[in-house]
Amino acid sequence: MAIRVSLLLLVFLSSAVVSFSLYEDQVGLMDWHQRYIGKVKHAVFHTQKAGRKRVIVSTEENVVASLDLRHGEIFWRHVLGTNDAIDGVDIALGKYVITLSSQGSTLRAWNLPDGQMVWETSLHSAQSSKSLLSVPINLKVDKDYPILVFGGGYLHAVSAIDGEVLWKKDFTAEGFEVQRVLQPPESSIIYVLGFLHSSEAVVYQIDSKTGEVVAQKSMVFPGGFSGAISSVSSDKVVVLDSTRSILVTIGFLDGDINFQKTPISDLVENSGNAEILSPLLSNMLAVKVNKRTIFVRVGGEGKLEVVDSLSDETAMSDSLPVADDQVAFASAHHEGSKIQLMVKLVDDLDTVLLRESIEMDQHRGHVDKVFINNYIKTDRSNGFRALIVMEDHSLLLLQQGAIVWSREEGLASVTDVTTAELPVEKDGVSVAKVEHTLVDWLKGHMLKLKGSLLLASPEDVAAIQEMRMKSSGRSKLTRDHNGFRKLFIALTRAGKLFALHTGDGRIVWSMLLNSPTKSEACERPSGINLYQWQVPHHHAMDENPSVLVVGRCGSDSSAPGVLSFVDVYTGKEISSSDIGHSVVRVMPLPFTDSTEQRLHLIADTEGHIHLYPKTSEALSIFQREFQNVYWYTVEGDDGIIRGQGMKSSCAGETADEYCFTTKELWTVVFPSESEKIISTLTRKPNEVVHTQAKVSTDQDLLYKYVSRNLLFVATVSPKGAGEIGSVTPEESALVVYLIDTITGRILHRLSHQGCQGPVHAVFSENWVVYHYFNLRAHKHEVTVVEIYDQSRAENKNVWKLVLGKHNLTAPISSYSRPEMFTKSQSYFFAQSVKTIAVTSTAKGITSKQLLIGTIGDQILALDKRFVDPRRTLNPSQAEKEEGIIPLTDSLPIIPQSYITHSLKVEGLRGIVTAPAKLESTTHVFAYGVDLFYTRLAPSKTYDSLTDDFSYALLLITIVALVAAIYITWVVSEKKELSEKWR
Amino acid sequence: MDKGKAVMGAGRRWAVDFSDQSTVPSSRDILDPPGFSRASPEQDDSATSRQKKDAEATWKLQKAWEVAQSPFKNLMMMGFMMWMAGNTVHLFSIGITFSALWQPLSALQSVGKIFEPFKDNKVELLMPKLVFLALNLGGLALGIWKLNTLGLLPTHASDWVSSLPPPQEVEHSGGGFAFH
Repeated sequence: MAIRVSLLLLVFLSSAVVSFSLYEDQVGLMDWHQRYIGKVKHAVFHTQKAGRKRVIVSTEENVVASLDLRHGEIFWRHVLGTNDAIDGVDIALGKYVITLSSQGSTLRAWNLPDGQMVWETSLHSAQSSKSLLSVPINLKVDKDYPILVFGGGYLHAVSAIDGEVLWKKDFTAEGFEVQRVLQPPESSIIYVLGFLHSSEAVVYQIDSKTGEVVAQKSMVFPGGFSGAISSVSSDKVVVLDSTRSILVTIGFLDGDINFQKTPISDLVENSGNAEILSPLLSNMLAVKVNKRTIFVRVGGEGKLEVVDSLSDETAMSDSLPVADDQVAFASAHHEGSKIQLMVKLVDDLDTVLLRESIEMDQHRGHVDKVFINNYIKTDRSNGFRALIVMEDHSLLLLQQGAIVWSREEGLASVTDVTTAELPVEKDGVSVAKVEHTLVDWLKGHMLKLKGSLLLASPEDVAAIQEMRMKSSGRSKLTRDHNGFRKLFIALTRAGKLFALHTGDGRIVWSMLLNSPTKSEACERPSGINLYQWQVPHHHAMDENPSVLVVGRCGSDSSAPGVLSFVDVYTGKEISSSDIGHSVVRVMPLPFTDSTEQRLHLIADTEGHIHLYPKTSEALSIFQREFQNVYWYTVEGDDGIIRGQGMKSSCAGETADEYCFTTKELWTVVFPSESEKIISTLTRKPNEVVHTQAKVSTDQDLLYKYVSRNLLFVATVSPKGAGEIGSVTPEESALVVYLIDTITGRILHRLSHQGCQGPVHAVFSENWVVYHYFNLRAHKHEVTVVEIYDQSRAENKNVWKLVLGKHNLTAPISSYSRPEMFTKSQSYFFAQSVKTIAVTSTAKGITSKQLLIGTIGDQILALDKRFVDPRRTLNPSQAEKEEGIIPLTDSLPIIPQSYITHSLKVEGLRGIVTAPAKLESTTHVFAYGVDLFYTRLAPSKTYDSLTDDFSYALLLITIVALVAAIYITWVVSEKKELSEKWR
Repeated sequence: MDKGKAVMGAGRRWAVDFSDQSTVPSSRDILDPPGFSRASPEQDDSATSRQKKDAEATWKLQKAWEVAQSPFKNLMMMGFMMWMAGNTVHLFSIGITFSALWQPLSALQSVGKIFEPFKDNKVELLMPKLVFLALNLGGLALGIWKLNTLGLLPTHASDWVSSLPPPQEVEHSGGGFAFH
């Protein structure tokens, strides 16, 4: 009976849900987390004498943050939602950070020291318009300090103390757009200047107490204005006319409006289109014309004169009041490998307060933005510190001719990630080093032993933790046996490549993409995608692996493409080429040439396909498979998926023998009135599948339909394409398809009535898991679809299989039209999801986990067993033994299975998994505003001992056992002897 | 085996040939054949020893049968143990199954040795040996059957397919949404 009980216990244990989690002291051993803020848009310095010196920044990733000016660390940070772009940031009352976001409809105040939100006000907005935040310094209304906000056609005055709306003025009827709010000192009247239909300048004089319009003046400018405006003093602004060739000075002193036109050709010869630059300089404006930046001084009567001109790669700061009513501004530009930072007085450009020349890494590009701040040195002179934003989005603080700190903010906008191996370790480890490490090793293990026997003192515990952090050279720059050390190559929106080490997350190298021709049209190509170009493993071992960066000169899809090949070991660009055609789609082919370069096809806007690398060997490889290469294009707007086959070389049109034309084979047209494509997905091309068979409990056999040529398509009714809850359940339906991309055959169609996108899906092996919203149940749902091959199901004769008389491994064609059947099941899921990924291992044997990026910017690891269509309410004993979990209506969210534990990957956008060499282990890299990396073992590390394993304990146990055996042997010998003598 | 030997040793020491008494008078009634000398002690000895041997042979046969039937008890016990072990794969059931396989195998290997003591010209050992073999084979079969019920024998198609990689595909496709 005891046996039976123990058996039951065993069964129970094996079927219990094993949750992935780690102990507190394991945090940071395998994982790392980096916090970023993104490219800085605005910066406001706050250098109170007593307080810690800090700068408030808002960024293009919708982050508002407070940075330490000494070290560049983040004091506090708030990531607003993706649709909550920050329009303006300022400091009010010396203690609140005010941010205006969402096109001027949300105003928030944050406590300056700790970043807690003080108040939030939703402002009424009727239409989308540009927005404006103005925090008057010395405006006081009845013990209240109003903040003036324009947005959505309304001008609001909001109390800085509690966020209450003091008054609002409706400008929606006129279509009036506020450009500037000016407030003459010592006056309760504010001047609101704006344009009406871009052709009429209007000035309102508004009583700041009540919001009543005291006076209003308007004047029509026949030419029309072009938008950008520069206010030069409290009663003058300068604006460009609609032809961008005349500068118009608008004076509105005492409520009168006057225009003064100055053609730019009077200021500079051969002028083209001009552009007013943003810096706010007093009595001066900066205009970009003819690729030069000219400074134009505005005289007393609105007379304009050019006082200086600089190269157009110069970045300038706003003006900053220095002592004695003087105003200074900073400019920064490149000179060779150095940047020149100059601070000049606005009134007298010849007075250079500061001139610094700072060595700068050329992979940061040119200076994009400068923010300047002054401080009083000990000798009572002015010192300046400049916060500069570089072209690669990095943020640097310059002070006293040196870079005080730098932040690689480009990593906050990663667009694509791939992995690369590190170089193989060369021999030549010295003996001394080995001995040293041996002693260390023993010491370390003794410490660990103490730790595991709970004998360690707090110092020992700290030492153990530190040792673990540094353990086993996890940050070495060579390949390791288990494949734990790797490089993640990340491409950022700024067009910079970063190689991050998996061990500690440091940047091994970084490289800014260069235009190969250095032409004016294409100064800096923008990177689109990354591909593994060359991964030497069998032959060509002496070559370094390389990645291909597909980029483009310009933003529209017809812009010419740029290919750049980058050596992974060194981070140097091997070569780059202007390919002379656009890049619409890229397809890596599953063939490599003799140097292990992967063949890639690139489609252009004209429907031609180009083969790379352009070598005759690649061409001959491609010609062999010419008939077997197919294309499909998804036209989301029209709801059409087209399939194409290769037709011929486009020799008739061009002499390029690496160019090919296609012929259309099939189209799938979705009815535009009822279905709109919202998501498509294929399997990862490099995914490894171990077996084609799925064995169920009763030894029954199912053959997975494992094909790379499957496309998952999700469509919703056009009405339901909006936000969740914008339609009734009756109006919305979600339909998913599985389409064979060779033949265009729809293998499976599943319709979810009353459901809505957005759809987040993951496709692996023979299954798709997708997440959507169920409007009827008001809950998110997850559905799994598994595809099986019915036509192989007859292969069940054991003898045929034993003798190998089957065709299960013979190459198959999609034209053989295999019979499919699918199994699917749906579950509720309590969270909305940002992205889903799946773990991948070297051989595909280890069971899989879904990695769900939740709305809280965390990553949840969910065993694939939970989304198994074979789950039933009451699984049989055999099914339980197999690990089938009883069916529940919702998927469990186990707090311990958050792989990000207590951290958040703010602004999570994507999760990338890559196999380690050890079959049990997979690398997980998540990117958003933050970066996060960890190593996962979905079925635990069954193929290796953990780092915690105490070898010392094992050794001691063995020694103790041997000693015990010897002692007992001696004792028994003696006893036997005495027995015999008796 | 030790016990068996002890029994045999005791048998030798205490064997009393009762048939000798009866055979001697009968042999005296009949005349000896010409040239036959009754006086020779060897002759007398051989007669008694032959009788002795006969008795020993029957005894050996009896013992051989006993030995031949001994695996049956084992078989029954194994059956019981297997029933106790249940049909799931774990240490206990595996241990029992493998011992159930090992015992008959080792017994079959040492068939000659086991029947060595009973070897005799007069003793017909074929049948006991066959029975012994059959019973052990039965035990082996039982073990294999147990192995099968545990699912450790590759008798299903799934056992042969599960290591087959998915087939290569002839066609390759790529594409998707245009970059934007």
